[in-house]
Amino acid sequence: MLMTTASSQNEHKLANSVGIVTPQTLSIDTPLTLACGATLANYQLVYETYGTLNRDASNAILICHALSGDHHAAGYHHPNDKTPGWWDHYIGPGKAIDTEQFFVVGVNNIGSCRGSTGPASINPATGEAYGPDFPMVTCRDWVNTQAQLADFLGIKQWAAVVGGSLGGMQVQQWAIDFPDRLRHAVIIASSPKLSAQNIAFNEVARQAIMTDPDFHGGRFLKHNTLPKQGLMLARMLGHLTYLSDDLMGEKFGRELRTGSLKYSYDVEFQVESYLRYQGEKFATKSNFDANSYLLMTKALDYFDPASEHGDDLVSTFSHIKAASLVISFTTDWRFSPERSLEIVRALTQAGKRVVYAEVASSHGHDAFLLPNNYYEQVFSAYMKRVAEEVRS
Amino acid sequence: MSLKAEFDLLLDWIPQGARVLDLGCGNAELLAYLMKHKQVKGVGLEMDPLSIVSSISNGVDVIQADLNTANLIEMFGENAFDVVLTTQTLQSMQRPDHLIDSMLRIGKRAIVTFPNFGYWRNRLQLLLSGKMPVSVALPYQWYDTPNTHLCTFSDFEAFCQQKNIVILAQRVLGAPLGAEFSPNLFGEVALYHIEQGIR
Repeated sequence: MLMTTASSQNEHKLANSVGIVTPQTLSIDTPLTLACGATLANYQLVYETYGTLNRDASNAILICHALSGDHHAAGYHHPNDKTPGWWDHYIGPGKAIDTEQFFVVGVNNIGSCRGSTGPASINPATGEAYGPDFPMVTCRDWVNTQAQLADFLGIKQWAAVVGGSLGGMQVQQWAIDFPDRLRHAVIIASSPKLSAQNIAFNEVARQAIMTDPDFHGGRFLKHNTLPKQGLMLARMLGHLTYLSDDLMGEKFGRELRTGSLKYSYDVEFQVESYLRYQGEKFATKSNFDANSYLLMTKALDYFDPASEHGDDLVSTFSHIKAASLVISFTTDWRFSPERSLEIVRALTQAGKRVVYAEVASSHGHDAFLLPNNYYEQVFSAYMKRVAEEVRS
Repeated sequence: MSLKAEFDLLLDWIPQGARVLDLGCGNAELLAYLMKHKQVKGVGLEMDPLSIVSSISNGVDVIQADLNTANLIEMFGENAFDVVLTTQTLQSMQRPDHLIDSMLRIGKRAIVTFPNFGYWRNRLQLLLSGKMPVSVALPYQWYDTPNTHLCTFSDFEAFCQQKNIVILAQRVLGAPLGAEFSPNLFGEVALYHIEQGIR
């Protein structure tokens, strides 16, 4: 009986998603010169696709992931997988990004650690993991690799490039660097550049990792160890900035774990317990490479496309051809609505088409990953327009 | 007196292919109408989430913003539009004068429509019952009305004169014959086509 229930639950879960998906790997031998000046002679991209590419390859959507995301945006890898891809709520049959209409591509960025070439990959020159020798990567570099994948898949022009947070930065980079290769840019909970405060948070996270005695200057794999403590602290800090004050108040308040103060440095408040749990989970179970974490935070810091245009975002966006959807969340203080408005203003002043929605949510920056009725409606209504264009 | 009637009245004030901004665009019916009949490049501003979803579904680009707090000049820059519209919204603004000023900066010309508090039925209601007028154009009670800045056509025209705003044309909805004779008495809703004179 138990078996039947479990399998029927699985069936339901799978039916409500893109189902079982299998990551694929593309090896690219065209050397890639990075913004930092270094060159990767060859590299691998791991990606997943959902839905079917239509005959003229006009229904393709690229999903760009954020700091700790990856190519696995929707569906399940095994029938018994407990959790689906990171954006399963918004990608699937009948969902905002409707896989019955679109051919959806999720790709893991280089420098990350989910299969695409990164610091934990073997450096062909040395036969050992790159570790700290992996070159710095930027949003522009990622977009260049994603364009290689598009070429391979036969996609000349994306119906839309979509991403939240750091993913939204890649979307902006796509629109700027390849104006003819996308018709729509969907930029969610993002920013045209990080603020000093954002960079400062990233720097604290990096210091937490780099000062961990187990970090060994980034060569921890060679020492058969992992800077778990550092990763945990980095994640605790990151996690805290993704939540809102309101939500933490609502969720934890000043609630104590045992009901009374112990006057010690052990976990006393529920919020401490929660943060430690999140940090530990990330440091021990996610298998996230510490060097990748460092690289991803640097890519965030470096993103500033207007810096190449005299700090003028309007002229930066002046060659964009895509129409944009920009979405922000009221309690997101990491990438606040004001930052999204900077994008919206620059797009409108550059004479570009833009739709903007500010979604009321108590979930802070994390809101872009979570269910929310209005967010879903706006997202769906816009993507329906994109789908109609594809059909006409 | 339908929305459609209001749309038709302002249609010939919209140049073919114009860049048009509708402030408080609701479901963007008007913009969709203008896009269809005048091939305009339309943008809407709206605050209500449901209206925004409808606007997107209607194929109109809409920006979510509160007209009372949004800085329109910062958002769009000066002279960004051929026509800036606001239909039946002016009277509920905290500062209608500030809004009109912004409209005439970001757009070459503006169209405003609002209910006439000096319409004869309103005057009569107040005179006879001693109570605030309630009608189809003014459907609220005094305590729940968003219309905090109601005015008459005469008030609006005096305001335009004071701010050196040129009234290019005026049209009214209501009793067409009487309205010609005395718009402020017989017009229920007015449409004004305006532009800024020398500031």
